[in-house]
Amino acid sequence: MNKIVSKKDFSELVVQLEVEAPLIARARKAGHFVIVKLDKLGERIPLTISAADTEKGTITLVVQRVGLTSNKLCNMQVGDEIQDLVGPLGKATHIEHFGTVVCAGGGVGVAPLLPIVQAMKQAGNRVISVLAARSKNLIILEDEIRKWSDEVIIMTDDGSYGEKGLVTAGVESIIQREKVDCCVTIGPAIMMKFVSLLTAKYNVPTVASLNTIMVDGTGMCGGCRVSVGGQTKFVCVDGPEFDAHQVDWDGMMRRMGSYKAYEKEEMKKLG
Amino acid sequence: MTREEKIAAARSQAWREALRKSMKAKDRTDLPRVRMNELDAEYRSHNREEVNQGLTAEQAVQEARRCLDCANPTCMTGCPVEISIPSFVKNIERGEFLEAAKVLKETSSLPAVCGRVCPQEKQCESQCFYVQKLGKPAVAIGYLERFAADYERESGQTILPEQAPKNGIKVAVVGSGPAGLSFAGDMAKYGYDVTVFEALHEIGGVLKYGIPEFRLPNAIVDCEIDNLRRMGVSFEKDIIIGKTLSLDDLKAQGFQGIFVASGAGLPNFMNIPGENLINIMSSNEYLTRVNLMDAANPESDTPVPFGKRVAVIGGGNTAMDSVRTARRLGAERAMIVYRRSEEEMPARLEEVKHAKEEGVEFMTLHNPVEYLGDEQGRVCQMRLQKMELGEPDASGRRRPVPIEGAIETVDVDIVIVSVGVSPNPLIPNSIPDLEISRKGTIVVDDNMRSSLPIIFAGGDIVRGGATVILAMGDGRRAAAAMHEQLKK
Repeated sequence: MNKIVSKKDFSELVVQLEVEAPLIARARKAGHFVIVKLDKLGERIPLTISAADTEKGTITLVVQRVGLTSNKLCNMQVGDEIQDLVGPLGKATHIEHFGTVVCAGGGVGVAPLLPIVQAMKQAGNRVISVLAARSKNLIILEDEIRKWSDEVIIMTDDGSYGEKGLVTAGVESIIQREKVDCCVTIGPAIMMKFVSLLTAKYNVPTVASLNTIMVDGTGMCGGCRVSVGGQTKFVCVDGPEFDAHQVDWDGMMRRMGSYKAYEKEEMKKLG
Repeated sequence: MTREEKIAAARSQAWREALRKSMKAKDRTDLPRVRMNELDAEYRSHNREEVNQGLTAEQAVQEARRCLDCANPTCMTGCPVEISIPSFVKNIERGEFLEAAKVLKETSSLPAVCGRVCPQEKQCESQCFYVQKLGKPAVAIGYLERFAADYERESGQTILPEQAPKNGIKVAVVGSGPAGLSFAGDMAKYGYDVTVFEALHEIGGVLKYGIPEFRLPNAIVDCEIDNLRRMGVSFEKDIIIGKTLSLDDLKAQGFQGIFVASGAGLPNFMNIPGENLINIMSSNEYLTRVNLMDAANPESDTPVPFGKRVAVIGGGNTAMDSVRTARRLGAERAMIVYRRSEEEMPARLEEVKHAKEEGVEFMTLHNPVEYLGDEQGRVCQMRLQKMELGEPDASGRRRPVPIEGAIETVDVDIVIVSVGVSPNPLIPNSIPDLEISRKGTIVVDDNMRSSLPIIFAGGDIVRGGATVILAMGDGRRAAAAMHEQLKK
């Protein structure tokens, strides 16, 4: 069950895993996520699905080393089994023919962005993707994104690849040059916040995919709650995608830090 | 045979008649009600051991003698699954404990669970002759139920209920909580091929993630689940119906009936300022972390905050479970904050009593209006509005009314919000033709049948938040009705 069939290191921090999960592979759509629990005393964490192969019956997860569980998962090898894997969860991305769509991904957020880029292209949109990372070695899935994009803009903080600058500079250059009908952004919360502030300035409708703390992932615990347009929403069942301009980003980022102190302690278990 | 005829036939067995004559009614009614053996309050408030220790065989027999074996056993009308109460109680009196357990299992798939968590004082015991006619404490039916179920389990001689020959018809159950397990047990008895699908990584639903170890040990739940397995019920965890598998997938796999018992998912919040601060969480989250994820165990990877001052908002059983859990996790001040008075509290009397013995503070007639945070966004204070009781409201309870200007500020490290739950939206959202109420519950008829003939539903997804035994009663009714439908 849930056997890892292939593994690829994108960088020291980011690993791509292809996992046997035939039912999830068949049922998932762009935007869906899964919950994994690695072993008996493991925690449950959400991970967005970046691809699926229905013939092989596998899904692909891209994992960044952040806390204890993501590190443990990145350390797993081909042939190892993930004890519990459940999904697909959340609402699928709303895909339609908008016109021109900008897909802005930062760091490991490019992985869950990939199926959305693909679906947006297949729905007839002109898709311009902006991929951003600290430096060249952290840009992931560039070829796959290119395959489904009309244009790709690469942004790196240190200028080691593409343009030097933040993701927002890339997005703004597009908006200033042509009409953008929709923007989708996935990445670190702080990045999505600034993309959201930028597109709000230009009145470009924007969707962001949130990756909050979850326990069950099925609407039961409320740990993932976030204020959207002044109302409390649950990321696991109401999201994970929301109107970025309505999200209380500061409140969300604060809640994401709930267990920072514990995480440090927990990391000692890695030895 | 009608229900009355069955009761009369059981009651007229020679041994029952002899037992009734063996002791004068007056001598029976003079016996005092047994007291549950409990762990010392100070000792137990620092560990997770089960508080109630059960009755000894002598205590159980003595208590069973109190039962008058009424010709018209009103207690049974108070039981949602209609356990043959006098039959099992009289078997205890004559020392046939295994036989008593067998009687329980005729109608209840989870007697060891019900004996622990049912609100008997509001159900069977409230209808007992002692309460109704004598003005005395009821026969301790719940304690006796637990005794018989525990005796059987510990004896290692568990007998499975009789099962009809396999009929080869496949039925699916969505959710492995009390409603689902009760349904699964009954359908297995009728001879069906039953598969239970569970979204979480553990079987048992609220019995595992919600009710704490000190009230219902997981080992007891696992034992009851194993009995269902031995009856041929299969369990599939980590599968979400409506997500992993659709209704059409189930039909394609040959399932001819589906019982949805997916429970009450979404925790309610009060939508007051500061409620999204760090260390404010729902009771569902707190209990799930501690019970299901074992977060208080340092070996567990799941974190849970430990606070010195913990406030639990609400007055139900889940609130009591949460506050007593907080106390066990080291809270020096564990507080219940409830907007009405103690009299209106929905929690079981026993839970309130236990909580008080364990040092829980009760701030009744207080209602939070705002939470204040420190510079890191963690809750540090709550502002409470003092209330008084006004006229009765729609629930028949006196309505709490704010006392103008009476605001109190209390220091807290953790706030657990336990003000009810709303139905889980996953199933209603994934089956478009299913009739759903305004509240989000699945609409069913008296036989628990939904607007789609293949789907029955029960438990909290229908009721929106109730008890284990009501959920089990639903499961039983749905099983009987689905059996009627499928055998045609």
